[in-house]
Amino acid sequence: MKLGFTPAEERFRNEAAGWLEGQLSGSFADIRGVASMSGLLERRREWEQALGAARWSCIGWPEEYGGRSATLAEQVIFAEEYARSGAPPRLGHMGIELAGPTILTFGTAAQRARFLPPIARGEEFWCQGYSEPNAGSDLANVRTRAVLQAGHDGAGAEWVLNGQKIWTSFAQFADWAFVLCRTEAGSQGHRGLSYLLVPMHQSGVTVRPIRQLTGAAEFNETFFSDARTAAANIVAAPGEGWKVAMGTLSFERGVSTLAQQASFRNELQAIIAAAAANGQLADPDIRQRLAHAYIGLKLMRYSALRMLSAAAAGRLANEAYTYKIFWASWRKKLGVLALDVLGPRGEIAAAAPYQWELLPRVFLSSRADTIYGGTNQIQRNIIAERALGLPREPRGS
Amino acid sequence: MQFAHSEEQQLIRASARAFLTANAGSERRRAALEAPGGYDAGLWRRMCGELGWAGLAIPTEFGGAGLGWVELCILAEEQGRRLVASPFFATVALAAPLIEAAGSAAQRRSLLTRIAAGELRVACALSGSDGRPPCEGVSVELAGAGYDFTLNGVGDFVIHGDAAELLLVLARSPGTSGEHGVSIAVVASDSPGVTIEPHVMLDLTRPMARVRFAQVPLERAQLLGAPGTAAGALQRALDLARIALAAEALGGAEYVLEISTEYARQRIQFGRPIGSFQAIKHRLADMMIEVEAARSAAWYAACVADEKSAELAEAAAIAKSYCCDAFFNCAASAIQIHGGVGFTWEHEVHLYFKRARATATLLGTPAWLRERLARSFAGGAAATPAF
Repeated sequence: MKLGFTPAEERFRNEAAGWLEGQLSGSFADIRGVASMSGLLERRREWEQALGAARWSCIGWPEEYGGRSATLAEQVIFAEEYARSGAPPRLGHMGIELAGPTILTFGTAAQRARFLPPIARGEEFWCQGYSEPNAGSDLANVRTRAVLQAGHDGAGAEWVLNGQKIWTSFAQFADWAFVLCRTEAGSQGHRGLSYLLVPMHQSGVTVRPIRQLTGAAEFNETFFSDARTAAANIVAAPGEGWKVAMGTLSFERGVSTLAQQASFRNELQAIIAAAAANGQLADPDIRQRLAHAYIGLKLMRYSALRMLSAAAAGRLANEAYTYKIFWASWRKKLGVLALDVLGPRGEIAAAAPYQWELLPRVFLSSRADTIYGGTNQIQRNIIAERALGLPREPRGS
Repeated sequence: MQFAHSEEQQLIRASARAFLTANAGSERRRAALEAPGGYDAGLWRRMCGELGWAGLAIPTEFGGAGLGWVELCILAEEQGRRLVASPFFATVALAAPLIEAAGSAAQRRSLLTRIAAGELRVACALSGSDGRPPCEGVSVELAGAGYDFTLNGVGDFVIHGDAAELLLVLARSPGTSGEHGVSIAVVASDSPGVTIEPHVMLDLTRPMARVRFAQVPLERAQLLGAPGTAAGALQRALDLARIALAAEALGGAEYVLEISTEYARQRIQFGRPIGSFQAIKHRLADMMIEVEAARSAAWYAACVADEKSAELAEAAAIAKSYCCDAFFNCAASAIQIHGGVGFTWEHEVHLYFKRARATATLLGTPAWLRERLARSFAGGAAATPAF
């Protein structure tokens, strides 16, 4: 057990902090502190490219794909310094945390060479095509289908996709989607599924925004109607899509959790500042709830360090099963605490038509946290069945 | 940065678990609770003798193994799994760090050497009759000055007071308050004027006693360090003890999760194992979520203790409050999952439920510790974690 860092690691920290400070007080000063997922879109793309050019984008990846082969400790340090610097959330999250690691793990050498460097350089952005109207918690029920067709007009063989995906965050500006679809006609459940990489900029793909209860439209419906992708753009063999998709879900629990905690910390700090300003900080119940929230935030950090240490040793910590439900439940409570601290004024919108300041936005947006990426109910099933070994849920016919 | 136990630390855990599985089962525990002093004297001798647990975290110059709080907390966690009734916590996790933090070089040498050798059981009288955390309710008075002092008053909630050969007594000089004017006196439990009255406690596995001091004469050398200045050392020792309690609570929580999971797999109702129903599954999942977060909290705090970090008080408050709440919730769920059997005296789960409640009370309740954390919010700075 050792929490501290070596002198060499501290030098790495200084290097990272120095670069970030130089950029964010210089040519990227305008995006410092931007907290929304997609505000100032064009500048944020440029920021991703600047990170890529200096090889700070995907430091854990091998050098040949634009990374630094960074050690675990270095990845933790960079995540900490990135958060401390006030740099905005990563626009390339879906590619960096999901598509990239999946291709790195399951892809061919050619796929790695084709897809990883543009992700690391901040040139290609990704979205996730998993959920469908009838495949939410029951993801294996996907119906989007793909058929391999012989090439025509001199082109090679292609997959042709038809179907509908939903809740596709970032689809409105993504260049590529990783899509779970059925490639074996008549198959059911997790058999017969494949994992395809599909270009978004084509006539067979239509993206329609969905307005959320927050008032914003950050996710979408994505329709495939004779959408095409090259025969080679399949990760693993046809029919192995479920295995690959489950792998992707486990990548959601990587170093990025440390960055996510930085935004949670900012939200908690804003609540404490609001409570100090309006006198609620003197209320014993509010004080207890703030302390609970603070403890929860710290526990997330400790747990992330545990997961990362286990992963570096090639083990899956039990913690990995419980992390998602822990943070999602924590943030939902935080949202309620935020409105309780603000009082009635917290219920007045910042602007028409339905725009909100940070804290009411936490109250609203946190309702999705216990739904996406596996609802709390599904998380509990997974914990009970996979981690505790309890009998599986009986299935309907 | 490696937030995982080393191979050597895993070995300590494996051997402790094997030893306690073989030697500290529920039958033996039942007998120990009836024994004089409420602990298993034979087991304690082996823990101190062949296993060297009493000296594990005591410096080698005093005959200990010179290991740290991470290793000590592994033992606390393993004993928590088995609810081992032993003077380990009182002597090794509370008294020893107090002596180490507050004692003079000579006091450390003489007392820690005997503790490391397993020759001395020490109990600490740190609370008054209202049981509030140390320094908030000191009801033993230290009168006198120079070389001769007298102790008068009542120390209560003294863990294993009935089994101790030596008492560390938190006492206050007349006219002082708060953290000023508190001293720690070292008193043999058979001194004239000392009366030890064991209670029957909610938690049968951690006996406590009331200790009365009536005109107990003291020499200057019986005070740890300089008179009236014990508060700082006391706070450090209390934080270390809280971390050990957190580890113990983690062990208890983990154990009740395991037996509840096993029970839910075996118990058939409506033609199915009850563990196949979501009502039970989800409750067990919630227990595991708390157990894993508790593990992070307890392990992190133990590391902080060894790395002498400025985070000690915070990490101890987080670990003690979270682990105690988690243990209580898990033990309460364990009773519910076991149904009628869980409500019997015969089944061991009630012992865990009671230990959980009593551990939460010790050295500051979860709510009291959270209030301490909240105090640092006023400045705003403490709301900034280390990243």
